[in-house]
Amino acid sequence: MRLDVRLPIGALFSVLGVLLAAYGAATRGRPGTAPTGVPIDLVWGLVLLAFGALMLALARRGMRGREGGGY
Amino acid sequence: MPATTLHWIDYVVMLLYFGFVLGIGVALKRTVRTSTDFFLSGRAMPAWVSGLAFLSANLGAQEVIGMGASGAKYGIATSHFYWVGAIPAMVFVALFMMPFYYGSRARSVPEYLKLRFDEKTRAVNAISFATMTIFSSGISLYAMGKLLNLLLGWSFDASILVAAGIVLAYIFLGGLTSAIYNEVLQFFLIVLGFAPLVWLGLRDVGGWAGLVARLAPVSTANGFAPDAYTRSWAFMGAASHNPVGVEWFGLVMGLGFVLSFGYWCTDFLVVQRAMAANSMSAARRTPLIAAIPKMLFPFLVILPGMLALGQGIVPPKLGLGGLPLHDLHGHLVLDYDLATPMLLVHFFPAGLLGLGLTALLASFMSGMAGNVTAFNTVWTYDIYQSYVRPGAPDGHYLAMGRFATVFGVALSILAAYVAASFNNIMDFLQLVFAFVNAPLFATFALGMFWKRATGHGAFVGLVAGTLAAAVHHGLTLPAGAVVGVKGGYLGVVAAFPSELAQTFWTAIVAWTTCFVVTIVVSVVTAPRPTEELRGLVYGITERPEDDSTRWYQRPAVLAVVVLALTLTLNVIFF
Repeated sequence: MRLDVRLPIGALFSVLGVLLAAYGAATRGRPGTAPTGVPIDLVWGLVLLAFGALMLALARRGMRGREGGGY
Repeated sequence: MPATTLHWIDYVVMLLYFGFVLGIGVALKRTVRTSTDFFLSGRAMPAWVSGLAFLSANLGAQEVIGMGASGAKYGIATSHFYWVGAIPAMVFVALFMMPFYYGSRARSVPEYLKLRFDEKTRAVNAISFATMTIFSSGISLYAMGKLLNLLLGWSFDASILVAAGIVLAYIFLGGLTSAIYNEVLQFFLIVLGFAPLVWLGLRDVGGWAGLVARLAPVSTANGFAPDAYTRSWAFMGAASHNPVGVEWFGLVMGLGFVLSFGYWCTDFLVVQRAMAANSMSAARRTPLIAAIPKMLFPFLVILPGMLALGQGIVPPKLGLGGLPLHDLHGHLVLDYDLATPMLLVHFFPAGLLGLGLTALLASFMSGMAGNVTAFNTVWTYDIYQSYVRPGAPDGHYLAMGRFATVFGVALSILAAYVAASFNNIMDFLQLVFAFVNAPLFATFALGMFWKRATGHGAFVGLVAGTLAAAVHHGLTLPAGAVVGVKGGYLGVVAAFPSELAQTFWTAIVAWTTCFVVTIVVSVVTAPRPTEELRGLVYGITERPEDDSTRWYQRPAVLAVVVLALTLTLNVIFF
């Protein structure tokens, strides 16, 4: 059984997403944190989290389909 | 330029990435049992994984920094590298060449040349390719060390040693599988790290229309029509009407045909990813799957350069003594290589800056890993196994592959220091490799589609094509350049408006010479029996059966979709 590549990708982006969103929420309103008016750390952290979660869900579905193997 | 200060969150993002990259190598270590596992990933990759790796292996520093730089220098016309160059070539390699690469069971591109032609043609390709990968990887390392030093004030030595050490660790442990897995991860990191940059940049200038308005004065100041930086084809009628300095014929033949087909169809660095696919159908789909994100990459890597130019934040190039350089007309010379990094620093706050810089590091590392995995394979199979120690047990070649990874990385580091000390030597080497690569597509095209092409024809054609490239380059000079590594060393008989125009025409001359000489020499030398060429040449090889069950997985269907989308993009930005 090989490692499903979507697992580390999903895990990395989920962790990065949580980290960035939390940092963005904590620093919201400070100067320079919202270029062009977008609280970008918070917004992009949530985007990364959504992507990470999607990858983890796909990996889980793949594992079920192959009884623990595959990609 | 003052160095940018990072916050703790930026370092955490980088460390997380390094941890995952190494973790993938460790997790895959136990799956590597044979040399096929190590060099070809056990030929077990599904198409989407090999497709993204196919794209990512090419997504090195030259792509991310270089295309941003070209975006700032030439505008949206840089997209020709994708919409005229890469995409048609990727469709061609998928439909017409992959059946021979994958079907012949060759383990590398030089090995295919041996099967199709002879030992000497393989030797020329293997040695030049192995040397080229080391220098490409070294140049990538050098560029990274220099950028991190300039941007963040980090130590050049420490930067390249840490990056090289991480790449070494994950390839040593997990071989090509580890490189491919990391390339997929790096692909997503680069996309998700740069997408917010383009979003914020476009938002700030008021969208595409705002960018067009910002670049109009730049364009007129350089003597072009106001929209010359924002339209890709409209000004290609004459070389003097566009910033690229080339007309449509030189562009389509030089870039679209010779250089792009030469790279995407014959370079083992990318072809190796398709060879790792788990079936013929998956191998053929690999470049087509890669082509879909590839055609959108101009928005990710070229637009930041254009946005930086529009924002006026591209810094001047500094000469000796740290003074800004001026050209012959007294205009300030800009350091285009800093266009994308400057935009990153300009827009990204702490946190996202860590992600953006990590994406930049990922591009350097994936480019280096692509070179190192191609090197260890060509070294072990095409040089060591063929000429140094044939007939050894498989375990010996597996150990040699790991050893080659170590000395490949060590040589890359050495090459990075050579680049740092003698910049012109690296320019010169890159030039020589361009001479070697330009005619190669003629050799492959004739080898795969004309059964009469012989080994002697291929060898003499390759040498003649390389010499023709050197002679053409030696007799021409781009505008504003001095005689030397830029050309003219045999006497200047023609001048080109830009370096790109000179490169495209040098490639056309090299390809044509190789094509003609290969045909002439083949006709007067003895052909190989047709039976020996089965599986290697079009027309005497059974057409590959398409085992895909769904219509959208069929290579021909995917190819039509890819070409239609590319045509649409050309029309939109005409």
